[in-house]
Amino acid sequence: MSALLEVRGLAKRFGGFTALEGITLEVAPGERLGLIGPNGSGKTTLINCVSGALANDEGRVVFEGRDITRLPPFRRARLGIARSFQIPKPFRSMSVLDNLRVPLEYAAGTRAGQRRAGDEAMRVLETMGLAARAEQNSAGLTQVDMRKLELARAMAAQPRLLISDEAMAGLSGTEVDEMLEILFKLNGTGITIIMIEHIMQAVMRFSQRVVCLDAGHIICEGTPDQTVANADVQRAYLGA
Amino acid sequence: MRGRGFWAAMAAVLAAGLAFTALADNPYYFNATYVVLQALIMAVAWNILGGFTGYVNFGSAAFFAVGAYTTIFLQKAFDLPLPLMILAAALICGLIGLGVGYLTLRLKGVYFAIATLAMGIVLETLVNNWSYVGGAKGTYMLTPDEHLWFDSYSEMLFMVMLILALGSIAISRALSSSRLGRGLAAIRDDELAAECSGVPTLRLKLVSTTVMGAMMGVAGAPYPYFVTYVDPLSAFNLFIAVNAIAMPMIGGTAHWAGPVIGALLVGSAQEVITVTISSELNVLLVGIMLVLFITLAPQGIVGLARRHWRRRP
Amino acid sequence: MFSADLLANAVVSGLLLGGFYAAVAIGLAIVFGQLDIVNIAHPAFVIVGSYTAYIFNTTFGLDPILVGVAAMPLFFAVGVAIYRLYYAAFERTGQESLSGLAFFFGLMFIIEVTLILVYGVDYRLVSAGYSAQTLSIGFVDLPGRMLVPFLVAMTLTAAVWLYLSRTFMGRAIQAVAQDRGALQLMGADPVRIKQWAFGLGIATAAIAGALLIIIGPVEPSVGRQYIGRVFAIVVLGGMGSIQGMLIAALLLGVTENLVSTFYGPSWSPAVAFGVLLATLAVRPAGLFGR
Repeated sequence: MSALLEVRGLAKRFGGFTALEGITLEVAPGERLGLIGPNGSGKTTLINCVSGALANDEGRVVFEGRDITRLPPFRRARLGIARSFQIPKPFRSMSVLDNLRVPLEYAAGTRAGQRRAGDEAMRVLETMGLAARAEQNSAGLTQVDMRKLELARAMAAQPRLLISDEAMAGLSGTEVDEMLEILFKLNGTGITIIMIEHIMQAVMRFSQRVVCLDAGHIICEGTPDQTVANADVQRAYLGA
Repeated sequence: MRGRGFWAAMAAVLAAGLAFTALADNPYYFNATYVVLQALIMAVAWNILGGFTGYVNFGSAAFFAVGAYTTIFLQKAFDLPLPLMILAAALICGLIGLGVGYLTLRLKGVYFAIATLAMGIVLETLVNNWSYVGGAKGTYMLTPDEHLWFDSYSEMLFMVMLILALGSIAISRALSSSRLGRGLAAIRDDELAAECSGVPTLRLKLVSTTVMGAMMGVAGAPYPYFVTYVDPLSAFNLFIAVNAIAMPMIGGTAHWAGPVIGALLVGSAQEVITVTISSELNVLLVGIMLVLFITLAPQGIVGLARRHWRRRP
Repeated sequence: MFSADLLANAVVSGLLLGGFYAAVAIGLAIVFGQLDIVNIAHPAFVIVGSYTAYIFNTTFGLDPILVGVAAMPLFFAVGVAIYRLYYAAFERTGQESLSGLAFFFGLMFIIEVTLILVYGVDYRLVSAGYSAQTLSIGFVDLPGRMLVPFLVAMTLTAAVWLYLSRTFMGRAIQAVAQDRGALQLMGADPVRIKQWAFGLGIATAAIAGALLIIIGPVEPSVGRQYIGRVFAIVVLGGMGSIQGMLIAALLLGVTENLVSTFYGPSWSPAVAFGVLLATLAVRPAGLFGR
C-alpha cells in the first residue's frame, strides 16, 4: 500500500542554524507513528514543515501521492492534514463551539449551513468531553481543557492525518489515559496519527512505529521496543 | 439583534430620516447629521479590517479623499450623476485597498499599518500635483439644481448619506455573523492557527481590505458636493483618519454595533463641542479619548456593557 | 539643464540630508528595529525637540544643538514614562498589535494638535551662527545649515552604535531583541532594559529636532512627512542594524534630493513610500536585516 505521507530529503535552516537535515520518512495510512527526540531536536520544526507553517529549504513533502511542498497551510488543511499546537492557540474571542466551527467550515468544508456545522462541532466536543463547555469563552478554560480544545479543533478539521504536538504535556496520569483513549478511538476510524510526546510510556503504548530525532537528523526508526533499546537514542536522551 | 428586529429598526430609521427632511427646515441639522453619518460609514468600514480582522489601517483619509477626488474628476470629465460617482468611487477605492493589501499583507500586520500611513502621504502628493482636479489650490464644486422631491440639495445629500450609512451597517453585520466573519475573527485571534484550520488567510484579508477601501471611498464620494470647495489638505485630513480609528475603538471593535455607537456618541459630542467651545479643542479631545480608551477600556463601550450585564444575576 | 555641477551638488546635499535623516531614524531604529515597538509617534517627538530648541534659542539665544543635548535627559525620562504606560497597558497583556499601534497613533495626534493649539501653524525658525555660511569645495557647495547637522548626526549615530555594541546596557538591549527568555535566566530584567532603550530612543529625538529646525523652518505637521521616511530607512536598512540604517538613510537622502532637483520638490514625499514598498516587495529583511 502506498504511503499516506512521504517526506523526502527535507532540510530546514534558520540563518546559520540547521534545524533539520536529510529527513526522509514514510507514514502508512492508518498508522500510529511516534516522533520523539530531546528538546531542540527539530520535532516541531518538522511538523511545521509538514503542515506548511514553515517552508522547507530542501526536499519534498508528498501527501496521498501529491507533492504539497509548495502549498500554503490552508490548502494542506483542506487536503486533510491537521495539527495541534504545543502551546495551545485557541481563538480567544470565540466560544469553544465556535472554535471548532472554523476548521469545520473551512478545512472540512461543511458548507451545508450553520446548523450542520454546529451539530458536527457538538459531536466532536462530546467525544472530547468538552460538551458542557460549548458556549463558554475559550480564553477562560483550564489548562487541561485548553489542550483538549487544541486536539478537538484538529479533529474538527476532519483530517486524514492528525499530528498531535505534545498534547499531553503537564497532564496527570488519568488525563493522559483519557487523551490516549480518544486518540486510539480516532485511529480506529481510520485516521493516521503522528504523536510527538515526551511522556515515554504514552508514546510506547500508542505507537506502532517510532522515529527518533536528534539535532535535526533521524537517528533511529523502529518498533517502540527497538527504539528504547537503541544505543543512539539512549545517548541522545541521557548524554554520552 | 435578531434578523427581523434589525431590519425593522433599519426601516424605522429610514422612515424617520424621510420624516425629518419633510419637517425640519434649518440646514444646520442636515449638515451636522451628514458629518456624523460620514464618520459612521468610515468607522464601520475601518472596523471591518481593524476590528474583525485585526489589521490596523492608518490611511483611512486616503481612501476617503480618493473617493472625493473621483467624484471631482468624473464631474469635470463626464458630469455623471451622483449614484454613478458613488459606484465609481467604490470600485476605485476597492481596487486600491486590494492593491495595498496584496503588496503588504503577506508580511506582518505592522508593515501593513505603516504602508497605509505612507500611502496616504503619497496619494496626497499625487493629487497635489494633479492640476486637472485643482492640485494644491483646490477646486470648487457647484451645487447642482436637481434635488428630486426634497426642499434643498443638502436635504437630499443627507438622505443619500443615511441610505449609505444604513447599507454599510447591514453589510458589516452580515459579514460579522457569517462564515466569512468567523474566518476573519480567527485571523484576528491567531492567524497561524487559522491558516492551519483551513482558513485562506491572505484571501480573506484581501476581501477585508477591498470592502473597507470601497466603503471609505463611498463615504468620500458625496463630500465635494457637501463642502463645495475641496483641497488636498482638507480631504486628506489626519482628523478623518483618527476619527476612523477612535470611533470603533471607543465603541468596541469586536462587535458590528461598536463603530456605530462610537460614531454616534463621539460624532455628536464633537458637533456640540465645535459649536459651543471650539473646533480645535474637539480635535485634541478625540485624540485623548482614543488613548484613554485604548489603555483603560480596550474592549470599548460594547465591552464595558457586556461585562456589566454579565455581572447581573 | 543637466550638468555635472548640478548633479554633484544634488548628490552631496542628498548625502548631507541623508545623514540628518539618520539622526531622525536612529531613535526608531532602536525602538522598532531592536524592540519591535511601532512608535509612529517618534517624528512627533522630534518636532517637540524642534520646538524646544526654538523656545530656548529665541528666548535665551542659545545654540539649538546645545539645547538639544541639554534636553536629552528630559526626553529620556519622558520616553521611560511612556514605555511604562505602553508596557502596563499592552505588552503585559499581549495585545500589542492592534491597540499598541493605535496608542502611538493617538499619541502622535495629541502631540501635533497640542503644538498647534499652543503655537499655531506658523513656521518657526532658529538662528545659529553657522546657518548662513557656506563652505565651498571646488564646484560643490556645503551650506552650513546642512553641514553642521550632518556632522552632529554622524556623531550621534556613531555614539549610539558604540553604545549598543560596547556597553553592557547596549548589549543587553540587543540581547532583549533576540532572546528575552535567555536574558531572564541570566537575571536581567527585560522590562527595565526595554524601558531604558525606549528612553534612549526618545532622547535622540531631542537632538534630531534641534537639527531639523536648523535645516529648515518647522511647523507641527512637518512630523508626518518623516513617518514614511523613518520607517523606510529602518526597513530598508534591516531591523536591528545601525550600519544598515545609516546606509539606507544616505541612500534615501540622495534619491529624494535627486528627484527633488530634477522633477520638483513636490514629489519628494512620495520617494520614501516608493522605497518602502519596493523593499517590502523585494527584500523585506532589508539590506542588513536579521
